Amino acid sequence: RPGSSVWGWCFDQWHLSAILNNVFFFLSVFHFSQRFTTVVPESCMLILLGLVLGGVVLITSKKQPYQLDPGLFFLFLLPTIVGDAGYFMPARLFFDNLGPILMYAVVGTLWNAFCTGFCLFGMKAAGVIVEAGLMEFLLFGALISAVDPVAVLAVFEEVHVNETLFIIVFGESLLNDAVTVVLYKVYISFVEVGPGNVQTADYFKGIASFLVVSIGGTLVGLVFAGILAFVTRFTKKVRIIEPLFVFLLVYLAYLTAELFSLSAILSMTFCGIGCNKYVEANISQKSRTTVKYTMKTLASIAETIIFIFLGISAVDKSKWAWDTGLVSCTLIFIFVFRAMGVVMQTWVLNRFRLIPLDRIDQVVMSYGGLRGAVAFALVVLLDGEHVKAKDYFVATTIVVVFFTVMFQGLTIKPLVKWLKVPRSTNRKPTINEEIHERAFDHILAAVEDIAGLNGYHHWRDKWEQFDKNYLSKLLMRKSVYRKSELWEAYQKINIRDAISVIDQGGNVLTSARLSLPSMASRTSFPEVTNVTNYLRENGSGVCLDLQVIDTVPGAKMEVESETHHFLAGNLYKPRRRYHSHYSRHFMTTGDQERQEREVFQRNMRSRLENFKSTRYKRYKKDRSQKKRRGSDVKEQEANDKPRLEREFVNVPYVCADPIVVPLESEEEKGEHTEPEKEEDVGITFVARKAPETPKERPKSVPAALEVCQSPSVFPPSPTSAEKNLPWKGGLGTLPVCVSMEATKIIPIDLQQAWNQSISSLESLSSPPVPAEPQHPRVSALSRLGGPARIHSATVPVTGLGSAGSTDTSQGSVLKPQSRDMINYAGHTGFPHQVCCMLDKHGPI
Amino acid sequence: MGSRGSTLSKIPNVDKLMQETGFSQAHIIRLHDRFRALDNDEKGYLCPQDFEAIKELAMNPIGDRIIGAFFAQGPQQETVDFNSFVKVLAHFRPTDKNRPKESTSPDPINSRTNKLKFAFQLYDQDKDGKISRDELLQVLRAMLEMQVTEEQLESITDRTIQESDTDRDNAISFEEFRKSLDKVNIEHKMSIRFLR
Repeated sequence: RPGSSVWGWCFDQWHLSAILNNVFFFLSVFHFSQRFTTVVPESCMLILLGLVLGGVVLITSKKQPYQLDPGLFFLFLLPTIVGDAGYFMPARLFFDNLGPILMYAVVGTLWNAFCTGFCLFGMKAAGVIVEAGLMEFLLFGALISAVDPVAVLAVFEEVHVNETLFIIVFGESLLNDAVTVVLYKVYISFVEVGPGNVQTADYFKGIASFLVVSIGGTLVGLVFAGILAFVTRFTKKVRIIEPLFVFLLVYLAYLTAELFSLSAILSMTFCGIGCNKYVEANISQKSRTTVKYTMKTLASIAETIIFIFLGISAVDKSKWAWDTGLVSCTLIFIFVFRAMGVVMQTWVLNRFRLIPLDRIDQVVMSYGGLRGAVAFALVVLLDGEHVKAKDYFVATTIVVVFFTVMFQGLTIKPLVKWLKVPRSTNRKPTINEEIHERAFDHILAAVEDIAGLNGYHHWRDKWEQFDKNYLSKLLMRKSVYRKSELWEAYQKINIRDAISVIDQGGNVLTSARLSLPSMASRTSFPEVTNVTNYLRENGSGVCLDLQVIDTVPGAKMEVESETHHFLAGNLYKPRRRYHSHYSRHFMTTGDQERQEREVFQRNMRSRLENFKSTRYKRYKKDRSQKKRRGSDVKEQEANDKPRLEREFVNVPYVCADPIVVPLESEEEKGEHTEPEKEEDVGITFVARKAPETPKERPKSVPAALEVCQSPSVFPPSPTSAEKNLPWKGGLGTLPVCVSMEATKIIPIDLQQAWNQSISSLESLSSPPVPAEPQHPRVSALSRLGGPARIHSATVPVTGLGSAGSTDTSQGSVLKPQSRDMINYAGHTGFPHQVCCMLDKHGPI
Repeated sequence: MGSRGSTLSKIPNVDKLMQETGFSQAHIIRLHDRFRALDNDEKGYLCPQDFEAIKELAMNPIGDRIIGAFFAQGPQQETVDFNSFVKVLAHFRPTDKNRPKESTSPDPINSRTNKLKFAFQLYDQDKDGKISRDELLQVLRAMLEMQVTEEQLESITDRTIQESDTDRDNAISFEEFRKSLDKVNIEHKMSIRFLR
C-alpha cells in the first residue's frame, strides 16, 4: 500500500524531538484549562498521551522505534529529577523525620520485596501463574516493591498533603534506592549463578553490600556537597559560572556513585541536601534564581519525557507477554503488603514519635506507594537469557505502574479530601514566628539538657553549634558567614511586603486610571507612580525615551512640584554606570547588593505601620462594597500608595539618629568594602563630587542651598536637580517629603556628617574616580544619548543651559522640569530599586 | 519494683505531683535520678549554680533565662525542690490527644496556653505582662550574637513589635504573643519526648 508507507515514512521523519515539541505544546494547553488539571494529574495525562502517540506510531510504522531506554533514563532523566528533589529538599523537615523515613525506606522496602516475591512463588506453586524460579520471583518482587520518587513527586505535588506526610513518603521513595539497587544486583547475580550454587556466605555478602552501597553512596554525596560548597566560596569574581558548578557537581555526585555501583540516588540526594545551605548563601541572588528555575525546568522536562515514554513503550506487543494471574496477583500483593507494612511500622514508630501518625496518615501513606519508571527501567534491563519470564515481568510492571500512577494518582486527591487529611498551607512565616520558633528550639534544647535527655533537640543543637563554629566557617564566604539567618528571613519578609505594596499600587493604577504614561494627565500621585512604573518597565530607566514624557500635555505647577518631591523622596543613590566593556564571564552584581542594603537599612517602622493600616483597611472592606464604592476606594488606595512608597524609601535618612550615621559608615567600611572590590570599575559613588558641583553651578542659586543638601539626595545629581528646580529655592529648607512628613527634618550638621562619612568611605573603598567634573545631569543625559564620552564634552553646555533657564524662569518652563525629573529618576536608584525588588520576587 | 517503690516513697506528694504533671511513675523516677545528679552536695534542692554546671546550658544563648524560669515559679525563690523542678519540665510534655476534656478541671500544665506562657515569661523578664522593645532586643541579641549589627537588630525588633502589636503600645502583651503564634503548632514545637 503506498498510502501506509507514506505515512510510515512521515512518522519515521517525525522524530523524537518533534514528538516532544508537540508534547510540550500540549502540556501548555493543558495548563491553560485549569479545571482539567485540577482533576486529572499531569502524569496521568502524559501517560495517556504517550499511549496515543505510541498507538499512532505503531499503526503507521508497524514497529515501535521508541521506548524508554534504561540508559537514557538512569543517566539523564532520573538525575535531573533527583537533583532537583535533593537540592530543594526542606532539610529541617527531612531530618526531623529521618527516623521514620529510614524505617519505611529500609524495613518497608525489604518487607515488600520479600513478601511479594515469596507469595508470587507460592502462587506459582499453586499453579496460578507462569513458571519461574524462586530467585526470579524474588528479583521481580525487589524491583516492583520500591516506591518510585518520580511518581510520588508527580502525584503528591498536586495533592498538597501536609508536609510531614509528604516528606515521609517522598523521603522513603528516595532513600529506598539503596535497598532496591542492592536487592536487584544480588538477585541478578544469584539468578546468573543459578540458585543451586548460592552459598550461605553470599547472603552475608548481600547484607554487607547493602551497608556499603547505602553508606558509601551517602558519603560520596556528602563529599561532593562539601566540595561544591567550598568551591562556591571562591566564585565571587565569576558569578556567571556559579549555577554551572552547582549542576556539574551535583550531577557528578550521581555519576561517581553510579561508577562505584553505590546508590546514586542516595548520593545525589545527600549532596543536594548537604550543599544547599552553604551554596545558597555563597552564590549571588541571580545565580540562585538561575539554579532554581533551571533545575525546576529540567526536572519537569525529564518528568514529562519519562511519563510520555512510559506510555509509548507500553504499546509494543513484541516485548511483553500477558499473564492475567501474574498481573492480578502482583497488583493485589503489592497493595496488601504495602498497607500491612505501613501499619506495622507505624505502630512501632508511634511508640517513639512525639506526634503519632494517625490512621488517616497511614491510609494516605499506603495509598501513596506509587510505582513508576525506576521499576520499569530495571525490568527492561533484565537479561532475557537468564530470566526466562522477563516478558511477563515487563508486562506486569507496565500494568502495575499504570495502575498506581493512573488509578491511584487519579483517586488520591478525592481520597485526601474525603479523609480530611490536613493540607499544607503555602503560608510564609511571619517575623514573629521566625523569632519565636528559633527561641523554642533553644528552649527545647535547654530543657533536654536540664532533664538529662540526650534527645533529638540535644543533638540538633550540638550539630548547629558544630556547623556554626566549623562547617560554616569553612564553607561559607566570610561576608556571608557574618549574616544571620534571621536577618535574611527578615529581609525576605520585607521584600515581600515591599513587592506587595508596589503590586497593589500597580493594580490600583491599571484599574483606576489610565495606565499609559503617554496618556498621562498628571493630576495626582497615581500618575507619578505611573512614571516610575514606566521607568521600571524600561529596564531601570536607562533606555528612557524622553519623548514619551515630553508629549505629556500641560500640567500644573503645583502638581509638578509634588511630583518632584515624590521622586526626590524616593530616589537616593546614583546607579552605577554601565560598564564600558562586556564580558561573558562577568556580571554586575555589586550595585544590587548595595541597594538592597540601602533599602533594608531603613527604619521600617512607619512604613510598616502604614502598610498595615492600609492592608487592614483593605481586608476590612468587603469586595462587593469595594465594587460599589468603585473609584472612591481606588482613589483612596491610590493616594495611599505613593505615600507608603515614599515613606518606605525615605525614612532612614529622615529618621536616623545623628549618631547612627557615622556608625553606619563604619559598618560599611568594615563590612562592605568587599563587595565593592568585586567590581572592576570604580563605582560612581560620587558623594565627593558634591563639593565640586558648586563650581559649575550658576551663581544665581542661593548660597543657602549649598548647605541644605538633603542627606537623602547625597549623590550629586539630585543636588543639582534640586538646585535647578525653582521650588527648591522657594522652600529654602529640606526638600524631601516636606509635604508629608514635616515632622522629620534632618538637622544640617547631620547632613554634613553624612557627607563626610560618605566621602571617607569612598576614598577607602574605591579607587579615586578619574577627575571628571561632569555635571551629573550631563552624565545622565550623555548616558541617555549613548555610551559616549564624546557626548559629555558637548552636552554640558546644553545641560547647563537648560538648567540655567529653569533657574531664572523659576519653573515656568515645564518641559525642562519634567526632563529634570526623569533625568533624576534615571540617574538615581529608585526605578532600579523597584526592579531589584521585582527581581527578588522570583526566588521568594 | 522494690527500688522503685522506695524512690517514689522518698518524694513527698508523689501522687499529687503525678496527677498535676501527668508524668508516669517511670518518668518521675527518671527525673528524680536526674535531679539528684544535678544536686551536687545532696542538699535536696537545686540552686542556680547547679544549673550553671550543665555544660551545654552554658552554650545556650538563652540558657540563663531558662534557668531563671525554674526559679520564677514561686515568689522570690532561691532554690528549686523536686516538685517544682518536675512541674517546670511538665510544660514540655507532649499534649495527649485523647485526654478527656473536663471543663471543670483546670488547664493541664502542658496545655497550649501554658506552653506559650512559659515561652512568654522567658521574654518578659520584668514580669509586667508585656514584652517591651528592650526585652525583645535583649533576647534577639542573645540569640543572634555577633552576627548582626545593632541597627539590624533594632530594625528586626521594631518590625516584630509592629507586626504583632495590635493595641499600639509598642510592646507585646501575652494576648498579642498568642495571636502572633496562632498558626504555629505549639503543641508540636514546644514538646519533647520524655523517656520512660
